[in-house]
Amino acid sequence: MPKDEFTPRTFSVVGTRPLRPDGIDKVTGRARYGADISAPGMLTGMVLRSPHAHARICSIDTSVAAAMPGVKAVITRADFPVHPENNGTADVLDNCMADKKALYDGHAVAAVAASSRRAALDALATIKVVYEVLPHVLDVDEAMKLDAPILHKGRKQEGVPADVSDNVLTRTEYGHGDPEIGFQMADLVIERQFKTAATHQGYIEPHSCLATLGSDGQGDLWVCTQGHYMARNTCAEILGLDSGCLRVTPSEIGGGFGGKTTVFLEPTALLLSQKSGRPVKMTMTREEVFRASGPTASTSIDIKIGMTKDGTITAAKGDYRYQNGAYEAMNGTLGAMTGFAPYDLDHVNTVGWDVVTNRPKAAAYRAPGAPMAAFAVESVIDELAYKLGLDPIEVRLKNAAREGTKSAYGPTYPAIGLEATLKAAKSHPHWSAPLGENQGRGVACGFWFNFGGDTCVSLMVNPDGTVSLSEGNPDIGGSRAAMSMMAAEELGIPMERVRTIIADTAALGQNEVTDGSRVTFAVGLATIKAARHAIQIMVERAAMTWGIDPEAVEWVDGAAQPAGPNAGKHPPMSLAEIAAIASNTGGPISGHFEVNAEGAGVSFGTHIADTEVDPETGAVKIIRYTVFQDAGKAVHPSFVEGQLQGGAVQGIGWALNEEYIYGKDGTLQNAGFLDYRIPVASDLPMIDTAILEIPNPGHPYGVRGVGETGIVPPLAAVANSVSRAAGVRMTSLPMSPPKVLAALKKM
Amino acid sequence: MSQIHVKTIINGDASEFLCAADETLLDVLRDRLDLTGSKEGCASGDCGACSVTMDGRLVCACLVLGAEADGTEITTIEGMATGENLHPLQQAFLDHAALQCGICTPGFLVAAKSLLERNPDPTEEETRYWLAGNLCRCTGYDKIVRAVLDAAKIMRETA
Ligand code: FES
Ligand code: FES
Repeated sequence: MPKDEFTPRTFSVVGTRPLRPDGIDKVTGRARYGADISAPGMLTGMVLRSPHAHARICSIDTSVAAAMPGVKAVITRADFPVHPENNGTADVLDNCMADKKALYDGHAVAAVAASSRRAALDALATIKVVYEVLPHVLDVDEAMKLDAPILHKGRKQEGVPADVSDNVLTRTEYGHGDPEIGFQMADLVIERQFKTAATHQGYIEPHSCLATLGSDGQGDLWVCTQGHYMARNTCAEILGLDSGCLRVTPSEIGGGFGGKTTVFLEPTALLLSQKSGRPVKMTMTREEVFRASGPTASTSIDIKIGMTKDGTITAAKGDYRYQNGAYEAMNGTLGAMTGFAPYDLDHVNTVGWDVVTNRPKAAAYRAPGAPMAAFAVESVIDELAYKLGLDPIEVRLKNAAREGTKSAYGPTYPAIGLEATLKAAKSHPHWSAPLGENQGRGVACGFWFNFGGDTCVSLMVNPDGTVSLSEGNPDIGGSRAAMSMMAAEELGIPMERVRTIIADTAALGQNEVTDGSRVTFAVGLATIKAARHAIQIMVERAAMTWGIDPEAVEWVDGAAQPAGPNAGKHPPMSLAEIAAIASNTGGPISGHFEVNAEGAGVSFGTHIADTEVDPETGAVKIIRYTVFQDAGKAVHPSFVEGQLQGGAVQGIGWALNEEYIYGKDGTLQNAGFLDYRIPVASDLPMIDTAILEIPNPGHPYGVRGVGETGIVPPLAAVANSVSRAAGVRMTSLPMSPPKVLAALKKM
Repeated sequence: MSQIHVKTIINGDASEFLCAADETLLDVLRDRLDLTGSKEGCASGDCGACSVTMDGRLVCACLVLGAEADGTEITTIEGMATGENLHPLQQAFLDHAALQCGICTPGFLVAAKSLLERNPDPTEEETRYWLAGNLCRCTGYDKIVRAVLDAAKIMRETA
């Protein structure tokens, strides 16, 4: 159980909506993103990629390329100095540069650094790779069959049965009770199979980095990433460097959503730089982003749920089969853990399968694994409610997990907000608004774990009474503002007096990647604790000035003051006054805090979607959409709303349009924004939001992460809405017009 | 390949550059003139992150050749504020928290300014259709559309 960190209080800064401190840079074009920087003598690095889905690399001849004018370095996998011992890092290296086999269309096989982009492109064209094309497999159910083409031999882990192929790397199981007993108690049991397509995170900024590495093993890396410490540690391990010799500075980041939690170009850029003796900049094209960076898993899921006439779920079973692309990942496990997490169940069993296929390695995408699981589970619950003539929100309320519920994946919940989101949805005008012809309304719930992890924060009190705060996580959507707000709240000074910067890897200790919705929670917690540390020192300085005991001094409204009549009569000393004389009272004042933060506090949301289905074309239009989510405490409500809206719209895209489309030869057919269509402004209505605040016991202010849960319910909410509008249950995503039309015709 | 000499006006200042025949205006802006406010999200005209105006017309800089800029007047995001005074659209984007990561923001601002020059009082639907060529993956567009409508109102009131 998480430590009880939370104490109820009133706030003066937290909960307001100040302008973000990095705002002017970002509306004037001054902010520097990954590709916006250059270095003297810089070369351009480019990658040669496999045109085959699965092929043995027989030979690579780079001799012509290496001799071309302007070409300063050419590398293949043979140039990487070490083979990482750790399986995970070895996979990352293999994904960055193929070894004996190319495992997907777009897999890197060689790279060059040249004096211009044109010279680099010309050089790539001369590299001769001899491939032996192998049979490939893309679909998860196909890949599990014993006669499927095998990507890696001998990677099957314990617990994977013999009757599935070596492409199945892990099988995990969760649950309690006995579903078979539970199904016998049900009045209605529904079992269905669901499919979802692979989608891409679709960040607008392609991966980019600028690398310098000397022959002495000292280097600098500028990179757009969700985690510069991860980038440093991974590159150091892959290249056999001391991590302390590699300084990584994060650029502003143009979106990530989980897709920038690993490295793709960085080790290659560093190695090219070392070989050429020059800085090397590498930037992916959009086509490369689609072909070679992390999409999500595609899935095949079986769900069986039993319900009594009054809406009680008696038993639930799930079989979650996820393909994660060419290397190991745990999306299927996470699907199996999250699907039934919103419900209080006596009898539940789930199995997750993680399978490799000839597609790019799946990277995390906002609550990885959960949206597909929720799509399947929430669809069956909706169908049960519909067939039993029950209100779908009432059914969910009846079975909702609460404080003390043993979750389907094991732990028992502390205070959680699912019920609050359902009640808010039920009483919201959206739920009772009339619907027109061909329109339907869907509702769905979603869950995400949230995460804490290694976190360091430093807080300096400057001589003029301003405060500089250093955090080690890229600001992906307003975290500088959130940290400044929490520090200001704790110190009792205006937010404008706290300036937050994102420090490089040499300036702070290890920080976990910006993932798991962790930053506002974990970095916020460390910020508050670092501020308390500084306050403690300031209290001591005031006590010293007054010649009294530090215990007799308290910190109120940004100033030290005597704690009671016995402490003597001294006018309060403000932070600025204490800072001004710090030099004479013992030297500069700073606070810091380092922690592996626990108690992130799980998160729940409920979404309502209205859609209209065009019976002529099968096109679906989102008419109205409302998100209800528990934020614990919303530090900056506008940014919380933005997270909920952005997550919902990504989910809408997943539900309706987005899909990796492959040809028969296993090559990706739609590696661009024209053919991989993400939602645009004219596809959407306003996205309404309601923020619930059920304090997280694990955070001093009650904060929970909010970034990921918003993408979990929409696949199901939209599918339930379309199913009701069309009068036919939709079980396959995306619900593109041809698919909806075919379903309508079958009726 | 010999280079082409181009004379143009960028954000009000006379500007000359050499570029290769196959270099886009976006490449020139970013790589030769260090005007990196215009972003490359796709290089194929699909994301709008590179939006600039050319003789007052909204274009994707990735679809225009550098050589085509000869004799034209280009405005980029760097030309939007006047000194330290933000354009009302820039201020509205800040006030409405209409950016998360901010990579799409320059393109949206340039495109929205172009909308309001043609239509000072757009409806929500007109705004959504005008901005349909600009992709934002973070915000779901809600706060962007609100910011543009609000800026339009402020500009009408102060005109
Ligand atoms: S970069 Fe020009 S439209 Fe995307
Ligand atoms: S704010 Fe990130 S893409 Fe729009």
